[in-house]
Amino acid sequence: MRTLLATGALALLSGCDMVVMNPTGDIALQQRNLILTAVGLMLLIIVPVMVLTVLFAWRYRRGNPDKVYDPTFDHSTTLELIIWSGPLLIIIALSLVTWTSTHLLDPFRPLERIAPGRPVPANTKPLEVQVVALDWKWLFIYPEQGVASVNELAVPVDVPVHFSITSTSQFNTFYAPTLAGMIYAMPGMKSELNAVLNKPGDSWGYSGNYTGRGYSDMRFQLRGMSQADFTSWVAGVRKGGGTLNAADYLKLEVPSEKVPVIRYAAVQSQLFDRVLNQCVAPGKPCMVDVMAQDSARSAESLRRLGHAPAGDTSMPAPRPSPGDPHNHPMSSPVRPLAPSASATTNP
Amino acid sequence: MTSTSLTKTIFGRLTWESFPIHEPILLGTFIVVAVLGLAIVGLITRYRLWGYLWKEWFTSVDHKKIGIMYIVLGIIMLLRGFSDAIMMRLQQAMAFGANEGYLNAHHYDQIFTAHGTIMIFFVAIPLVVGLVNFVMPLQIGARDVAFPFLNNLSFWLTVAGAVLCMISLFVGEFARTGWLSYAPLAELAYSPDTGVDYYLWSLQIAGVGTTLSAINMVATIIKMRAPGMSMMKMPVFCWTALCSNVLAIAIFPALTAAFFLLLLDRYAGTNFFTNELGGAPMMYWNMVWIWGHPEVYVLVLPAFGIYSEITATFSGKPLFGYSSMVYATVVITILSYLVWLHHFFTMGAGPSVNSFFGIATMVISIPTGAKIFNWLFTMYRGDIRFDLPMQWVVAFMLTFTVGGMTGVLLAIPPADFVLHNSLFLVAHFHNTIIGGVVFGLFAGMVYWFPKAFGFKLDEFWGKVAFWGWVIGYWVAWTPIYIVGLMGTTRRVHHFDDPSIQPYFIVAGIGALIILVGILGFVMSIVMGIVKRKQLADTTGDPWNGRTLEWSTSSPPPAYNFAFTPVIHDLDAWYDMKSRGYERPAGGFRPVHMPRNTGAGVILSALALAMGFGMVWYMWWLAALSFAGLLVVAIAHTFNYNRDYFIPAEEVATIESGRSELLAAGA
Repeated sequence: MRTLLATGALALLSGCDMVVMNPTGDIALQQRNLILTAVGLMLLIIVPVMVLTVLFAWRYRRGNPDKVYDPTFDHSTTLELIIWSGPLLIIIALSLVTWTSTHLLDPFRPLERIAPGRPVPANTKPLEVQVVALDWKWLFIYPEQGVASVNELAVPVDVPVHFSITSTSQFNTFYAPTLAGMIYAMPGMKSELNAVLNKPGDSWGYSGNYTGRGYSDMRFQLRGMSQADFTSWVAGVRKGGGTLNAADYLKLEVPSEKVPVIRYAAVQSQLFDRVLNQCVAPGKPCMVDVMAQDSARSAESLRRLGHAPAGDTSMPAPRPSPGDPHNHPMSSPVRPLAPSASATTNP
Repeated sequence: MTSTSLTKTIFGRLTWESFPIHEPILLGTFIVVAVLGLAIVGLITRYRLWGYLWKEWFTSVDHKKIGIMYIVLGIIMLLRGFSDAIMMRLQQAMAFGANEGYLNAHHYDQIFTAHGTIMIFFVAIPLVVGLVNFVMPLQIGARDVAFPFLNNLSFWLTVAGAVLCMISLFVGEFARTGWLSYAPLAELAYSPDTGVDYYLWSLQIAGVGTTLSAINMVATIIKMRAPGMSMMKMPVFCWTALCSNVLAIAIFPALTAAFFLLLLDRYAGTNFFTNELGGAPMMYWNMVWIWGHPEVYVLVLPAFGIYSEITATFSGKPLFGYSSMVYATVVITILSYLVWLHHFFTMGAGPSVNSFFGIATMVISIPTGAKIFNWLFTMYRGDIRFDLPMQWVVAFMLTFTVGGMTGVLLAIPPADFVLHNSLFLVAHFHNTIIGGVVFGLFAGMVYWFPKAFGFKLDEFWGKVAFWGWVIGYWVAWTPIYIVGLMGTTRRVHHFDDPSIQPYFIVAGIGALIILVGILGFVMSIVMGIVKRKQLADTTGDPWNGRTLEWSTSSPPPAYNFAFTPVIHDLDAWYDMKSRGYERPAGGFRPVHMPRNTGAGVILSALALAMGFGMVWYMWWLAALSFAGLLVVAIAHTFNYNRDYFIPAEEVATIESGRSELLAAGA
């Protein structure tokens, strides 16, 4: 009966493409395996409980003359030990799995392998992709290639990719189920994701967290391609023309829905850092500068009060001359951002 | 002063455009609601029931009547919340590719926000509070709760919140931000209209009611147990009610504070949760989930208590492992504070923090698992009668375990990375809330209905309700689990991929089966009333119960117990029955009772007016009603006419009447 049910369920499910259960990226694959392990462990206790429920309900029904009725049976130390320790053992096992897998599959952690049994070759530099969640489209900047695209994410297969992710206004989630799990894209903060795609082919990426009117159609095409195809894709984008500078970005930033794929042959340098620091618009102070000034000011006032922050090495040294934050035109060369003070969510 | 500025002063931002007369769906709903409302008002007037309702119900401080009113509120709001569910299911079943469905994003986003908000705050909470209100004082042998007037006020504040939330349907907009109105989306910059304000004010007003009610229940359980009832002789339902209300007292202030700061952002231009000027939207997420996760246990713990009572009664045995059940409940109460971050593992808190919260979440499944085993071994060697309440229990055990399993799965951070914000997650929490809370509430309502009204619910329609809900749940939510595994995210109103459409159609059919269940429940009440002579219970103990509420008549007299019972053992009424309890025939004394008051209704009406004034920027209305609130509250403290005695003769008449009934039945 059980096998029959299982076959039936499988037949029903094979009709659909459960990307979460059948991913093409190594990280998502490990996450899938983890789901299967955990479900297996839990079924060790769930199945007996469900079987016993039905069994007891049937056997001890009033209409059954053969049952044993013991109206005082309400305690058994042995049984109590078993019912507390059974779940406890399962949870201990799951906790160990959780602790190791959470650390190994931390999205901020650089990849160690491309696929099972294939470590990342030495001296491999991951492909950098900067992701900006806008209302309501995804912008992908390839800083090394100097190109960008909207709602289209091309990645070469078997190459580690390092995503830096932020958002302009809403808390969104960057979710590419075939590639790896999701991670929030948040204004003024940078999340990271390390992942690799193992099979060429197109799939969908989504916006995970609801952000308002245009959210439903805020999807992107994830295109896995061979290294050669990726090189020619970049070349194609470069040939296609179109630039993305601050002014273009501000136009792109205006909320819009169902945006088709847009490609940019050139991107102004450090655009992502400006988005992250909320200072793309001319005249807006960069968060990193404001924060540096604030910390310099507070250090100064502490000094004046006689409380030197002695021994506090975690505080960044105040920059000697932060300059006027309101004088920050995009035409001027962008000053280096103080890395220690940059707004990130995770060390 | 020009006429426009005068209108602005009087009406704030309320204009003719605020009324959705161009929206056919809303207009239709409004007409139906208006016609029904007028019909009800007409009937009440025709049969001259206003005085009766006001004197006997609206102003009542009797915990039983307040409990029943809470449940009526919960059922009415369930119909609203479920209409939203059906609309969402219909939209998602049809909106594929070129077909945009019948709801645009503007409308759909309001519906899913209202659905979640209403189902938690105005369905689940009132039903749980209602059952606790009705049952708990009877189970501990008390004559009322600790603060009877406060109880009435709590109820009416909840009603005021619900009414404000319902007004948004026809005047202005409701929030389009999801049921927790996350910042920064809920900030003025992205949600400038009245929606979020309706949301915040209605929940703030209702939240005051819930907090006061929780304080009241805790005080009652701590101080008003019958002599002899030590904590470890208290029925499990009272234990779960205690833990649930302690939790509520601890968490609701966090929600109130979060909402208050968001209100300041929206009204006073502060930057607590904005993207700019040092605002920290993430802080809002933490604060609402510090409320939000324990809130799940506020709802489900009393449901666990209901299952415990029913399993013991219908298995004809004491609950297996009473003390481990109590400890499990307390452990869950404490642990539920330590897990809130699992709602946003994917924000990148770092692996060690995520692991901590993940493992803490999993640990909760140990006491929960122990509870399930305790119910199992209560059934073991029992003599199980499968009346409707027990059927709900078995359905719960089979449904909830699956929800628990997917919950532990989601608690593993790397698994959550692929499942979070997907429909898998949505299916999981509906699995636990429907399978855990809703099934328990129905079980409880069927179980205690004869206690409240003196007759059982209609069995046939009760079965329709049961099978409708159980089958409907599985048909509606299994496909949602599957589309979640296909990478479909939540709150989407339009899809491109046609391969997932069949799943949404099946889910829609499931929702229709649940509708049959809901209507079946309403019918079981209607038919119960029609056949009340046949279904009547004169014994006061129709299920052969074990706890004190079954020792008194159905419905219980206003004073609950003519003499306060003295407790010697767990399952006090079973103990009394087995020792050959005799009803006292004389020696009655006058019973000291609290007097009804209209202050709760008036205060809540003023709170409602203040909320409405704030939502629409009618400052004069808000200020006046706030001042009114203060005046009435202070004036009420000068009302010294707040108690009375039921004379001993009246008690004697009621009690001897019951003794005759019992003798006739026996």
